[in-house]
Amino acid sequence: MSRYLRLSGLEPFVLTPDIPFVNVGERTNVTGSAKFRKLITNRDYAAALAVARDQVENGAQIIDINMDEGLIDSRAAMVEFLNLVASEPDIARVPVMIDSSKWEVIEAGLKCVQGKAVVNSISLKEGEEAFRHHAGLCLAYGAAVVVMAFDETGQADTFQRKTEICARAYRILVDEMSFPPEDIIFDPNIFAVATGIEEHNNYGVDFIEATRWIRQNLPYAHVSGGVSNLSFSFRGNETVREAMHAVFLYHAIQAGMDMGIVNAGQLAVYDQIEPDLREACEDVVLNRRDDATERMLEVAERYRGGAREEKARDLAWRDWSVEKRLEHALVNGITEFIEADTDEARLAAERPLHVIEGPLMAGMNVVGDLFGAGKMFLPQVVKSARVMKQAVAVLLPWMEAEKAANGGGDGRQSAGRVLMATVKGDVHDIGKNIVGVVLACNNYDIIDLGVMVPPQKILEIAKQEQVDVIGLSGLITPSLDEMVHLAAEMEREGFDIPLLIGGATTSKVHTAVKISPRYHRGQAVYVTDASRAVGVVSQLLSATQKPAYLDMIRAEYAEVAERHERSEAAKQRLPLATARANAMKIDWSAYQATQPRFTGTRIIEDWDLAEIARYIDWTPFFQTWELKGVYPRILEDEKQGEAARQLFADAQEMLARIIAENWFRPRAVVGFWPANAVGDDIRVFTDESRTQPLATLHTLRQQTAKRDGRPNLALSDFVAPIGQPDWVGGFVVTAGPEENEIAARYERANDDYGAILVKALADRYAEAMAEMLHERVRKEHWGYGADEAFAPADLIAEPYRGIRPAPGYPAQPDHTEKLTLFRLLDAEAATGVTLTESMAMWPGSSVSGLYIGHPDSYYFGVAKIERDQAADYAARKGMDLAEAERWLAPILNYQPS
Amino acid sequence: MTLYHLPKTAAYDALERIAQDRILILDGAMGTQIQQLGLSEEDYQGQGGCACRHPSDHPQKGNNDLLTLTQPQAIEAIHLRYALAGADIVETNTFSATTIAQADYGLEAAVFDLNAEGARVARRAMDQATRIDGRPRFVAGAVGPTNRTASISPDVNDPGYRAVSFDDLRIAYGEQVKGLIAGGADIILIETIFDTLNAKAAIFACFEAFAAHGQRLPLMISGTITDASGRTLTGQTPTAFWHSVSHARPFTVGLNCALGANAMRPHLAELSGVAETAICAYPNAGLPNAFGQYDEGPEDTAVQVAGFAREGLVNVVGGCCGTTPDHIKAIAEAVKPFSPRSMHNGELRA
Repeated sequence: MSRYLRLSGLEPFVLTPDIPFVNVGERTNVTGSAKFRKLITNRDYAAALAVARDQVENGAQIIDINMDEGLIDSRAAMVEFLNLVASEPDIARVPVMIDSSKWEVIEAGLKCVQGKAVVNSISLKEGEEAFRHHAGLCLAYGAAVVVMAFDETGQADTFQRKTEICARAYRILVDEMSFPPEDIIFDPNIFAVATGIEEHNNYGVDFIEATRWIRQNLPYAHVSGGVSNLSFSFRGNETVREAMHAVFLYHAIQAGMDMGIVNAGQLAVYDQIEPDLREACEDVVLNRRDDATERMLEVAERYRGGAREEKARDLAWRDWSVEKRLEHALVNGITEFIEADTDEARLAAERPLHVIEGPLMAGMNVVGDLFGAGKMFLPQVVKSARVMKQAVAVLLPWMEAEKAANGGGDGRQSAGRVLMATVKGDVHDIGKNIVGVVLACNNYDIIDLGVMVPPQKILEIAKQEQVDVIGLSGLITPSLDEMVHLAAEMEREGFDIPLLIGGATTSKVHTAVKISPRYHRGQAVYVTDASRAVGVVSQLLSATQKPAYLDMIRAEYAEVAERHERSEAAKQRLPLATARANAMKIDWSAYQATQPRFTGTRIIEDWDLAEIARYIDWTPFFQTWELKGVYPRILEDEKQGEAARQLFADAQEMLARIIAENWFRPRAVVGFWPANAVGDDIRVFTDESRTQPLATLHTLRQQTAKRDGRPNLALSDFVAPIGQPDWVGGFVVTAGPEENEIAARYERANDDYGAILVKALADRYAEAMAEMLHERVRKEHWGYGADEAFAPADLIAEPYRGIRPAPGYPAQPDHTEKLTLFRLLDAEAATGVTLTESMAMWPGSSVSGLYIGHPDSYYFGVAKIERDQAADYAARKGMDLAEAERWLAPILNYQPS
Repeated sequence: MTLYHLPKTAAYDALERIAQDRILILDGAMGTQIQQLGLSEEDYQGQGGCACRHPSDHPQKGNNDLLTLTQPQAIEAIHLRYALAGADIVETNTFSATTIAQADYGLEAAVFDLNAEGARVARRAMDQATRIDGRPRFVAGAVGPTNRTASISPDVNDPGYRAVSFDDLRIAYGEQVKGLIAGGADIILIETIFDTLNAKAAIFACFEAFAAHGQRLPLMISGTITDASGRTLTGQTPTAFWHSVSHARPFTVGLNCALGANAMRPHLAELSGVAETAICAYPNAGLPNAFGQYDEGPEDTAVQVAGFAREGLVNVVGGCCGTTPDHIKAIAEAVKPFSPRSMHNGELRA
């Protein structure tokens, strides 16, 4: 067993080397949080527990609890609070840090926790005897310990004193007492810098260097500290404080600080601090120049003004009437005052329901109108929905009480019930969730069955809940078949309610040609995007508009189907043999492939969330939110710019927390194998002798007639034939399964905006990892692009050599090729990514693909294929034709028998 | 406190040596064996023969621990049967011998005697077994969870309330452990842990008792996973449980009770994967039937427990509720072909 710090609440926590920094939650600390102090002083333990819960839900891995306040009985408060925490499994899940300057408070706390806690803190302040006594009790209670760099003469301020005291404490603990060194966390004291007192200038450097020394000389021990002290002289100037903390942590973490008390919500992203501010912070923290403090004060003054002015302007609306305030909060997505405002409106209203029907619906109507008019955009609407949900949550208990009093029926009229589901085998739900939120904003009741929902369940719930509409979503091509199947099942079971179809692979053509003909009793309707959903549903559920609307849809779909048939017939397809004769002919005699640095597979775990973030391509992120344009230009877009900027700011804020609190655990596996093309397939070999085949990667060839001498491509064209050495690679990357749990937490807090945002960012992370890994592959693992030098932002245009085509995408539309790829990489064991029955990857934020290195390789689309190729392909794969046709259904240019 | 620097007892060294070579066998259930005796209230009270020094107004039927004082030959015979069936270690009849658990019977004052005599009775049986077959035997002083929990409020309306405190438990366990040591127990076995905080109080009490005794006895620590959730009653996962008790540096950590062997397996495997000490498992004989009786036969249980051994998960095995000397005999036979789980770093942790 490795000597890692191992703690527990109800669940274990192990500080492994892949966790660069543990952020200790500090809001349940009366000395650090005025709000918490007030709650404890007023004995409002319910609210105090909510603070603790919130921290855990927001990702705190350990929570610090401190009750050191002169006016309260700290010992009693510590015991009471810890006992209450023990009754809350969602808080007690994580270990606690029992924080007090009084030993009796710490010991009372240790008697209340069944898990392995951290004592914060003990020191040599009262001499060795007291130190030994306290440390011995920590051993007997079974706790890890924070040791302050403090001795009989005082707190250590210089490098010399910090290291001397820590070394002395370590000797007593480890050598004399057999204290496990991995259970020791040194706090070498973070003091304020830039105070104007010259002796303080080197405090940042002293801490960072002491940290480095401790990690090098006191094996297995950890280093922690309270970061907010550092910027004490800049109280009130949050921008500057956040920047100082970020710069300090950046350097301290590199030196080995692996734990700390940081308010993650108040932390800038190192890379995104204004360069002049960052330089000033760095000068101060690292004590790089004599005039660092003066320069810092100068820079700080510039940031102080801006922030304050903004705050004053922001709050003018607080003087308005409560109706106008609710409307303002809804339109601007402000949750800060919503509970109090809703309550005020409730007291003024005759019934709580009237608040919903009155000011809240009025506000949402404004939102709906602005959205319909293109003056508000999706992210803003989702934020409005969050405000609405939180307001309704305030009213619900009152409505329940009223309902109980008058014997049931809250009298609320919903516009209709909509069942939403991502179909069986598919895991993608961002779009579906957005549609759900938008419909909910418009007073529809949403029953969301989540992802991978089997058809029986959809139909069963639809009957049971008597829904008015079913909405299906899917992102990968096999989901199209699931939708067709569900439509047929609805027909069979006698449904006649509308069926809405949406998601990335769906289309009007597919709905018209494949789905709609299977469901005559009702109507399948393709919905382009979330902004259309309300219009479609309201027309379908309106007795007066429905007949005309259905007539229009049916006429349109008939025409689409007919046009599709005509155009497909008009496209000339080549027989497979002719297409093969027109394959791309690379002059292999003039080419020598680079041999990868290794063959076989390698798991890559050392992912740095901050570094991955630099590779994010933001344009698709905005597309997810239906803001159409190219980043960064979209931020300046005349119409959508403001929405885009706000969304981007929110994304950056969440990104900072993702990084600081390690929300995701990315994993990847990459492999290379000797390989050669054999016809339209790529044969992969066990070793360089190229005698033992390891697997065959099957590829599909374009059969459309080409002009101007352009080839009919298959991926195998880019790989050298037998007799000439070549290699291919493969990879699977994932941002990890954490996004689902985090999104669920946001949902529980009535924050769909946060839930969708974290999923959208997890998707971006997986794509960024794929980009970053591809770069590493070119430069190092395969090495054919060792001297390539592109900045991360340049990579989006794919200026580099080689491609990474993914099974299920245009260059190889067959999703089942993932099975071969996963087997070659042993990807499930290596990354935890699994394949659903429809070959979707779970977790959803995962990317896989092959690596092909030839300079002439490029991305293409196979497009439709003919029966001859389907039969040939099925035979090569050893799959029966019917099954191959099922997987290839979206690209067949004929009706399978 | 010099917790980890006390010298180990001779029995501790002997156990560690044997554990390197083979899987050790623990005994089976005491309760089932006592039930078969069909004892009456008078038998429990010990009237008509045994002079019990601890009179009480409370009815005593069901106070199995009291039988150590009132029916010592019967208890000794049960211990001997288990030893001859193949057990290397037998547990004293002291599961509920704390002031907290005995309060229900008005016998708080009897606690020291219950434990000291409990250890002596077991010791006599073990010496007898060793005389018969020459194999060394060990007495494990059984320390139960008590009938109170330090982590959960009994009052749903007052979740901050506790019916028992850490210090109440520490003092009660302290008396029990002192009695067990005085009576000659070789091992302290803290078992059927449904609340880790109770167990931490027992560990603390052991540290104090060992310091007073001047020697460290081997500790065996055994948690109970109550249901399919895979957690203790107070909500900890097996790994979290190990992190909470690892400071005891026990001779073994493991699981017992509540589940049959097959249901216990995944949780045992988790524990075996994280704990850097010997692993002990003694499951129930399957799940109770509608009448609360266990009807899994010796062979059935043995096959499953042998599965633990084959997978290299265990160093000590035995039985809990529903198991009999026949079960232990079958288990001892079934695990014989397998090597003990190899300890991390090749040796037990000091």
